[in-house]
Amino acid sequence: MSEPKPLAANEGIKTRSNYLRGTIAEGLADLSTGSLSEDDQQLIKFHGSYQQDDRDLRPDRRKHRLEKAFSFMLRIRVPGGVASSGQWLATDAIAETYANGTIKLTTRQAFQLHGIIKTNLKRTMKGINAAAMDTIAACGDVNRNVMCNPNPHLSSVHAAALKTAQDISCHLTPSTRAYHEIWLDGEKVESSEEEIEPIYGKTYLPRKFKITIAVPPSNDVDIFANCLSFIAIVEDGKLVGYNVAVGGGMGMTHGNEATFPRLADVIGYCTVEQAVDVAEKVLLVQRDYGDRTDRKHSRLKYTINDRGVDWFLAELNKYLGYDLEPVRPYVFTDNGDRFGWVEDENGNFHYTLYVEGGRVTDTREYPMRTGLREIAKIHDGDFRLTANQNLIIANISSKKRAEVEALLEKYGMAQSHERSALRLSSIACVALPTCGLALAEAERYLPTVLTELEETMEDAGLRHDSITIRMTGCPNGCGRPFISEIGFVGRGPDRYNLYLGGGHAGQRLSKLYRQDLDAAEIRETLSPILHHYAKERTEGEHFGDFVIRSGYVAATAQGNDFHRNIKPEATQG
Amino acid sequence: MLPEHAPFSPAQRQSLAGLITSFTPAQRFWLGGFLSAGAGAGAAPAAVASSGASTPLTILYGSESGNSEKLADLSAKKAKQAGFKTVVKNMADVTPSDLGKVENLLVIVSTWGEGDPPETATPFHKAMMAETLSLPKLRFSVCALGDTSYVNFCQTGKDVDARLEAYGATRIFPRQDCDLDYEDLHAAWLENALKAFGPASAAGSNGGAGVEVISSLDLSGFGLGSAAAAVYDKKNPFQGELLERVLLNGEGTAKETWHYEISLEGSGLSYQPGDALGVVPVNAPDVVEGLLKAARLKGTETVEISAGVSKPLADALREDFDITALSRSILTKLGDLTKSKKLAKLLSEQGADQFRDYLWGRWIADAIRDFAAKGLPAKDLVSLLRKLPARLYSIASSPLAHEDEVHLTVASVRYHAHGLDRKGVTSTYLADLVQKGGKVPVYVNENKNFRLPDSADTPIIMVGPGTGVAPFRAFVEHRGAQGNAGKSWLFFGDQRYTYDFLYQTEWQDHLASKALTKLDVAFSRDQPEKIYVQHKLTERSKELYSWLQDGAHFYVCGDASRMAQDVHEALLAVIEKESGNTRAFAEAYVEDLKKTKRYQRDVY
Ligand code: SRM
Ligand SMILES: Cc1cc2nc3c(=O)[nH]c(=O)nc-3n(C[C@H](O)[C@H](O)[C@H](O)COP(=O)(O)OP(=O)(O)OC[C@H]3O[C@@H](n4cnc5c(N)ncnc54)[C@H](O)[C@@H]3O)c2cc1C
Ligand SMILES: Cc1cc2nc3c(=O)[nH]c(=O)nc-3n(C[C@H](O)[C@H](O)[C@H](O)COP(=O)(O)O)c2cc1C
Ligand code: SF4
Repeated sequence: MSEPKPLAANEGIKTRSNYLRGTIAEGLADLSTGSLSEDDQQLIKFHGSYQQDDRDLRPDRRKHRLEKAFSFMLRIRVPGGVASSGQWLATDAIAETYANGTIKLTTRQAFQLHGIIKTNLKRTMKGINAAAMDTIAACGDVNRNVMCNPNPHLSSVHAAALKTAQDISCHLTPSTRAYHEIWLDGEKVESSEEEIEPIYGKTYLPRKFKITIAVPPSNDVDIFANCLSFIAIVEDGKLVGYNVAVGGGMGMTHGNEATFPRLADVIGYCTVEQAVDVAEKVLLVQRDYGDRTDRKHSRLKYTINDRGVDWFLAELNKYLGYDLEPVRPYVFTDNGDRFGWVEDENGNFHYTLYVEGGRVTDTREYPMRTGLREIAKIHDGDFRLTANQNLIIANISSKKRAEVEALLEKYGMAQSHERSALRLSSIACVALPTCGLALAEAERYLPTVLTELEETMEDAGLRHDSITIRMTGCPNGCGRPFISEIGFVGRGPDRYNLYLGGGHAGQRLSKLYRQDLDAAEIRETLSPILHHYAKERTEGEHFGDFVIRSGYVAATAQGNDFHRNIKPEATQG
Repeated sequence: MLPEHAPFSPAQRQSLAGLITSFTPAQRFWLGGFLSAGAGAGAAPAAVASSGASTPLTILYGSESGNSEKLADLSAKKAKQAGFKTVVKNMADVTPSDLGKVENLLVIVSTWGEGDPPETATPFHKAMMAETLSLPKLRFSVCALGDTSYVNFCQTGKDVDARLEAYGATRIFPRQDCDLDYEDLHAAWLENALKAFGPASAAGSNGGAGVEVISSLDLSGFGLGSAAAAVYDKKNPFQGELLERVLLNGEGTAKETWHYEISLEGSGLSYQPGDALGVVPVNAPDVVEGLLKAARLKGTETVEISAGVSKPLADALREDFDITALSRSILTKLGDLTKSKKLAKLLSEQGADQFRDYLWGRWIADAIRDFAAKGLPAKDLVSLLRKLPARLYSIASSPLAHEDEVHLTVASVRYHAHGLDRKGVTSTYLADLVQKGGKVPVYVNENKNFRLPDSADTPIIMVGPGTGVAPFRAFVEHRGAQGNAGKSWLFFGDQRYTYDFLYQTEWQDHLASKALTKLDVAFSRDQPEKIYVQHKLTERSKELYSWLQDGAHFYVCGDASRMAQDVHEALLAVIEKESGNTRAFAEAYVEDLKKTKRYQRDVY
């Protein structure tokens, strides 16, 4: 038996932090710097914030005798992606007053605000909580924002699924008082493990933990990329229970084959009533068995990959004290959004708005943020963030529809989805300038790539064919690029790896097709393949399936063969 | 031609050479003797002085940035040479009633703020305005220093002059009001005032001939006024190399604040933290162009810049004259030249408000466009203008930390007014016209009223928002170099934390090395409500008061118009609150801080 490996540094930080307090309060008071101490930077993630710096400005700051342009990103939890008009207005106001004037709709149905400086962090937190929202556990080694299909068509089922999502979110929210003490001037309380963190304990989880709920046939929330998912099983219009899927994830590291994206395995079925308990127990198994020595190997996907799905199911059933039922049949057709107007069974209307890169902002040509603010002022329904970074103005009563339509018209949003199917099927992560881990552009660059590819799509007559296309600035995979039909993953400035062959419904991983492509090479490489697809695809064949059938890439069965069967030409420049 | 190494500016060398060749051998012989006698312009030849019976004379000055003080010393020297028994007194050290014992009095005082006396002369001025004395035996004359670009020109001098008259004293020579180029006017005033005073003046007049010759040569204009004065001064600045220029605001800012490093190597100039550096600018080409266009002149016309010295108009406008700052005196002269009704009305009493509004954001060229649409002859144009004044900048470096260097923190003045992009002469001369490696004409302007405590152990509190932080960079560097014994606390403020935190990385280093003990910052535009340094003082009330109780010195530097008052108010409030005592107590407390030099301000 060899020496036990030492725990990862973050484990010590958590243990010493007295339930996530650390020295954050002291750090906020020191205004000689806009940053926090290394340890506190890790800890505020649990509070929903990341310290960042404007990477566009980095080169010149020292010259001006200034430190890096530090600021904080805040992630606002929106369980199931549903926010009220009031919450929208509050978020919009905060973005204007304290952040960079934009709202980022994330790939996990949350709001992100960027560019909040240290002196404003606390008052921003207060503002968010005043609007009955919070940021706790939006990041950190805990359960993250719980996703839920916002599908408006089957509202009764959606309502039930959403309730499950919100119950799980509540149940798994850390209960430390640190958040209230530091940000909301809550009075200090003595801490004893049981009362403080009955579920997590003082070291919380080995790593982040992600839960979604999908309502087939839509897989918009990409259940296969999540630690734990519930697939709604609907029988004659009613939600009866959920299939349970575990062990999905995207993140990997270039040049480290021990890291890889992995698809979740569907392991069983539970009733609606059992869902919260199942969520808790899956999390507990990972809490107890997850690898706390290596943060690149600590996600649930590796726990399951190492010990096997059967082991996991057996262990889970032990924790549950009962067995999950056998998986029930379900079908996913795609993981995209349905744009434009739909009417639901209660006669309410829903408008799905395309939001490029999920960035809600005003430009002279397109004052979208203002438009949405005006709508929020009169809207009697709610707003729903989709996992594809888009926005649904939902539950518009028939008497309000005309008014909302007029505003959409006025602010140029009425035609938001009259774009190529390719663009409507795209996702770009934040990347530069705020993301500290970005190796290349994504949100600021994908639109240009799309414009160039759209020419090819036009020529090839593919204007209306949806191909999922996603770009991330690094292999952490925040835009879930490894399950899209076309995936760009940054390797360096203007250098992208091109992955092909992902499943149109997010049910299959892609494979590396070419390495280190720049803008021109991306076009040259993809154009012939797209033309080939247009000519030789079979009836209803998706692009991801076509490239495999045509031998451009080998199919990837599961995470552990993601790095195998890569064609030599892929890596030879 | 004079040798390169002669301590004169190129302009001076040229004009001197011209003069000297024009002299008769006799004149040169006389001049040589005169100068070597260590005397200066307007002074009576030393030989004459001894023959004067000695009349007692008191020279009383009030000074903020040292000009009046230097003139007082210079006057004393001249008066002694003219045979007077002279004493020099600072208004800071006397009360009006002390004047009871004085027979002959010369007053030299400047005006600050918006017509206020110099900080240290405030009590004297206050008392004078309040008390009614009877001083029938007193004979006096006043020389008032000021700046015509301020509305209350020479106000303090006028006050003192009027009060002395009210006391029944005799004005033996009329008050002389001086603009920034005060040397010649002061020399003439002094000469005549000395004449006007009793016996010694007989001797004085003997020297009159000499005086005449000299002053028509206007050597005083070349800074030889006082043999004691430093070789390098406003009229004869040192050409310091610009070693480094750093923009202190980050991309995204609305400000433009520069850090300049200038070499003093070989100048023999020395300074202490708290001193200011005088910068002698030239006007920007486009501004010269603008004026020429307004006056409808080519610039090739030859003009006389001072008696006997001529050059092309364009050069004169660039190097010698203030061609932007508009003032009542310029408009008055312009009125006399043009007989413009519009202008006459503007200048008339009932037009007072319109007059202020008119001056705001306008330059001389605007006035010429408005009131002399047909333009002006070169001679008339020049007759409107005053000499181009130097500007002072608080020194931002400690000589202990940067040997043979002087650093400045300068905000570029740029604004848009009346349809034009406009700029400050000196700040943008430094920002736009001097390249790294180029030369900047500078001199050191001592400021005895802004000094670190004698003991390095005494705690210091420094309030310096914006460029007001400059002298505190010097203070903290100095304390650091001295082994940073005493505690130090800096209050800094500006518009935006991310872009305008001047010298942020340096403060971080000073905090790490303990040269700086505490740092509080206030940024006004990072949140909806405005936060300024005075708010931080109030927030820190308790600790601030305990520092003061521990003997801390309290320094304020920067904007005079609002900041200094607000900080003063905040200080009073802090003392009132923490002492649990009355407002009156707080005021007395602060008065005492001033008297004991524990409350010092360098505001502009
Ligand atoms: C905003 C968002 C991307 C977007 O454009 O929408 C995002 C942005 C960031 N992600 Fe992510 N992730 C986002 C969804 C994802 C997803 C997609 C998902 O969850 O469905 C993934 C892949 C799934 C997974 O977890 O494997 C993802 C995998 C990562 C990873 C890799 C984790 C791993 O174990 O491999 C990191 C890096 C890390 O955790 O060490 C990361 C880290 C980050 C950070 C916080 C960078 C950092 O750690 O300093 C990024 C902040 C950039 C910025 O300036 O805002 N993000 N991140 C998404 C916010 C989701 C939310 O609201 O909570
Ligand atoms: C003791 C002392 C220390 C100083 N220290 C410093 C220092 O450390 N750093 C520093 O930057 N400055 C300092 N100053 C101020 C400095 O001396 C100059 O006054 C300043 O740089 C402006 O000079 P300038 O020649 O650039 O502008 P000028 O040519 O003198 O023009 C300034 C004039 O322009 C006009 N003006 C300016 N802005 C506007 C506007 N927005 N609208 C209309 N009119 C306007 C006003 O009439 C103003 O008086 C100090 C001053 C003193 C007396
Ligand atoms: C901030 C500031 C305010 C001033 N205010 C006035 C004023 O109101 N009226 C005036 O005539 N001169 C004013 N002046 C000009 C000074 O009186 C002039 O510079 C004088 O030479 C200073 O002399 P001192 O060094 O003896 O104080 C001001 C100068 C500064 C820098
Ligand atoms: S994928 Fe990489 S670059 Fe993009 S947001 Fe996530 S961490 Fe940043």
